[in-house]
Amino acid sequence: MTDTLPDTTPPDSVAADRPEDADQWTAKLRHAAVEALPPERLMPDRQPAYVASWIYVFGVLTLAALAVVILTGTVLAIFGPSWWHESSTGLFVNSLHLWSVEVFFFAMVVHLWGKFFMAAWRGRRRATWITGVVAFVISVGAAFTGYLSQQNFDSQWISTQAKDGINATGAGAIFNVTNFGQMLMWHIMLLPLVVVLLVGLHVLLVRRRGVVPPFALPPESPAGNEPAGPPPGTPSQEQS
Amino acid sequence: MAAAQTDGQGHRRRRFNPDRDVAEWHGKYLPYDLVKEFLVALAVVCVLVAGLAVIFSSPDEKPVTVKSWSASDPVGFAQTAITELDGTSGVATYGPPYNNGGTAQSIGPFSPGQWLGVHHPIDTANDFVIAPLKTLPDRPELAAALATYTAASTTQQTRWTTAYENAVANATFEQGALKLSSGHYGPVGPMISGLTSMARSGALDGALLSTRQFYSTDYTKPLLFIADGSYLANLAQGQHLSGDQWGMMNETGSYPGQAWLWLYTLWYQVPPMKTSPNADLQVWAIMMGLTLLLALLPFIPGLRSIPRWTRIYRLIWRQHYRDSSAAQTSTRGPTAAPPPSPVSSTA
Repeated sequence: MTDTLPDTTPPDSVAADRPEDADQWTAKLRHAAVEALPPERLMPDRQPAYVASWIYVFGVLTLAALAVVILTGTVLAIFGPSWWHESSTGLFVNSLHLWSVEVFFFAMVVHLWGKFFMAAWRGRRRATWITGVVAFVISVGAAFTGYLSQQNFDSQWISTQAKDGINATGAGAIFNVTNFGQMLMWHIMLLPLVVVLLVGLHVLLVRRRGVVPPFALPPESPAGNEPAGPPPGTPSQEQS
Repeated sequence: MAAAQTDGQGHRRRRFNPDRDVAEWHGKYLPYDLVKEFLVALAVVCVLVAGLAVIFSSPDEKPVTVKSWSASDPVGFAQTAITELDGTSGVATYGPPYNNGGTAQSIGPFSPGQWLGVHHPIDTANDFVIAPLKTLPDRPELAAALATYTAASTTQQTRWTTAYENAVANATFEQGALKLSSGHYGPVGPMISGLTSMARSGALDGALLSTRQFYSTDYTKPLLFIADGSYLANLAQGQHLSGDQWGMMNETGSYPGQAWLWLYTLWYQVPPMKTSPNADLQVWAIMMGLTLLLALLPFIPGLRSIPRWTRIYRLIWRQHYRDSSAAQTSTRGPTAAPPPSPVSSTA
């Protein structure tokens, strides 16, 4: 027991503000996180007026489809890889899984093209674009290993055809598409984990940087002119 | 070229580039319920997916086994088996990562498959024919044939297998046995007949899977053996799954497959990849290059200007441009207004 008085500072105060905690890693990390994504930016209840197009729906549709993919995949994982071949309920859950993947990719591709035509990387949003593209590529891999894990004629044919491409790159040395056990592990564990982490990072970056503004048009120009830069003195978001 | 400038505080400023930079938004902010939007989207996706699953279900074509293959096409099985024994099959001459029977694909000196070497060793004569036959009990005539074959010189083995391979091309299957014209096959005749019987009984499926441990999930050997024959490819052709039918992006039946692989599959349909022995490596090189370009597009002058040049953004933001145009017409003054929320598009 010590003879010093207990610290009476309320536990919900900001520790980083206390001088003695200035070097504390936990306090620094929290401070940086709150600074980067304060609650009103993490979950905003307002959006700029230009966020008014059906194209914006496809981002959230992609997230919703991903949620259904993961949920149905989890049910399939709970009952094991043979379940859906032997049970009508399992076949239905597998069908939900298949069609949610189709919806996921459809929504994601439309979202990607929409963001391309918006040049959504402008204004320090390059990392948002890159994480989106990488998430798309890894999702293709996740779906591919799913097709390999079906344990039916389709997975046999795909694996014996795909092996040539994978082997040609040298990846076949460790990534054996004809090894069902290995492909199943990649499909239900490794690749979904990467996809979810990348999508999470992507969404956080969207919240941090906000939705990219439209190209600016010269105020006095007739419609159809090329976008111009802002008037002199207008602050801009530049790439650092 | 963007010139670097310095502001009053010494911060580096560059000339505004419309394909890289944006002006800070000072316009209106409107209520937008992200949580509600997500839940509505989730409900829509659930209903859509459930409807598709109820109406279309999902395909599940039965897999091919060595047993079903040899039962449906015993002559084709025997024709494949002899190529596994004499080392002329697709797998026997594949090269890395299975063996050194061939060379890996290359683009000039670039051959990653060759560099990484053999990682899943397969000796087709032993793994697909001799070792499985040795597992059959109580077959003294087969054991004698195996002993004779393995003790013979390579030259003698080749004489037997060549003679058998020529004869089996015109073989028939009658009353549960292969019928070949007589020839000097030595022990190869009983060996391939024995393997065909073993395959038709289903025992070869298990023998090809067997490993040192009880459990196994690696189907590399049976899959490669089956793929060496024409039976699997013929079934795939009937399901519009072969390479010249845009292969892997299709699914059995009339189901949508991996449509997102269309560009990958496209390259196999065009020269020189269509006929190149290095097509797989060439296609992968193209796809890796294109993927890199897509990911790094924000950094590539010219490519990153395409959205501005195509002007499709005018369609996407047509409401915004219409509102801006109307505001400018009515006021001819500054339209900026402070946002009602602390949210800002500025990082």
